[in-house]
Amino acid sequence: MKAAIIRFPGSNREQDAARALNAASGRAPAILWHAEEELPPGTDLVVLPGGFSYGDYLRCGAIAARSPIMQAVRRHATRGGLVLGVCNGFQILCEARLLPGVLMRNAGLRFVCKMQHLRVENAQTPFTQAYAPGQVVKFAIAHGEGNFEADDQTLREIEGEGRVAFRYCDAAGRTTEDSNPNGSENAIAGVFNAGFNVLGLMPHPENLIDPLVGGVDGRPLFDALAAP
Amino acid sequence: MKARVIVTLKSGILDPQGKAIEGALHSLAIEGVKGVRQGKIFDIEIEATDKERARKTLGEACERLLANTIVENYAIEIV
Repeated sequence: MKAAIIRFPGSNREQDAARALNAASGRAPAILWHAEEELPPGTDLVVLPGGFSYGDYLRCGAIAARSPIMQAVRRHATRGGLVLGVCNGFQILCEARLLPGVLMRNAGLRFVCKMQHLRVENAQTPFTQAYAPGQVVKFAIAHGEGNFEADDQTLREIEGEGRVAFRYCDAAGRTTEDSNPNGSENAIAGVFNAGFNVLGLMPHPENLIDPLVGGVDGRPLFDALAAP
Repeated sequence: MKARVIVTLKSGILDPQGKAIEGALHSLAIEGVKGVRQGKIFDIEIEATDKERARKTLGEACERLLANTIVENYAIEIV
């Protein structure tokens, strides 16, 4: 699996993503500057990492979504190539309209940084096939604007087509008001595009690959991507 | 030519920042405030001297960058 991570001004999780990809595939991913116009030939997976691209100016991810490399990412996605956006990467994918909806300020107005349980809602995709359906996992979350909003019709489509990847829940897998850290509609933590080759999620699977630092629940995601 | 673009949240979209500002106004005992919605203003200088052309340029700027039309409306004023 040949991966490329895009680094925007203000990205800060690209090394975490690189470490996770390297651990799963045994191959160091390329790290590209956002001003590039082409992906490395043969790229299978593009990762948009977390951070605060352009200092969250205008709207989170808005300016990064219009940077030169995003044209190449769009072409890659249109061809069916895999794209993973984590946290700010998810915001960028929504702003680029490669994913539906928008990520608004957390309903509680606070930046939320903690461990969070998630339920795997669709385990039949290239990203999630190493999880069991309904499996409860624990990832780290760290964001101020992760409140996923979409209009009713879009939500119906996302839900009806099985495009919710992960939902915020409690340790027992129940979605309650208290288990939703940011007010997201339907407790949505991650969504796929219609082709299931683009995934965006607010939580950080790349930080859960080593038992020394909190657990390994993020590993299956990278293992699935690295599998031939 | 000078123009002003005003971007506001669509009605029905939760605006926690507006709510917090509203709460602060109440704590200041500023009476009669029924609701607050926060938005953005862009003052833009454009080369065009023709108003219609300026509107077209700004409309494209709003659609493609200044507003996220999923949740925001925009208004263009040529000053």
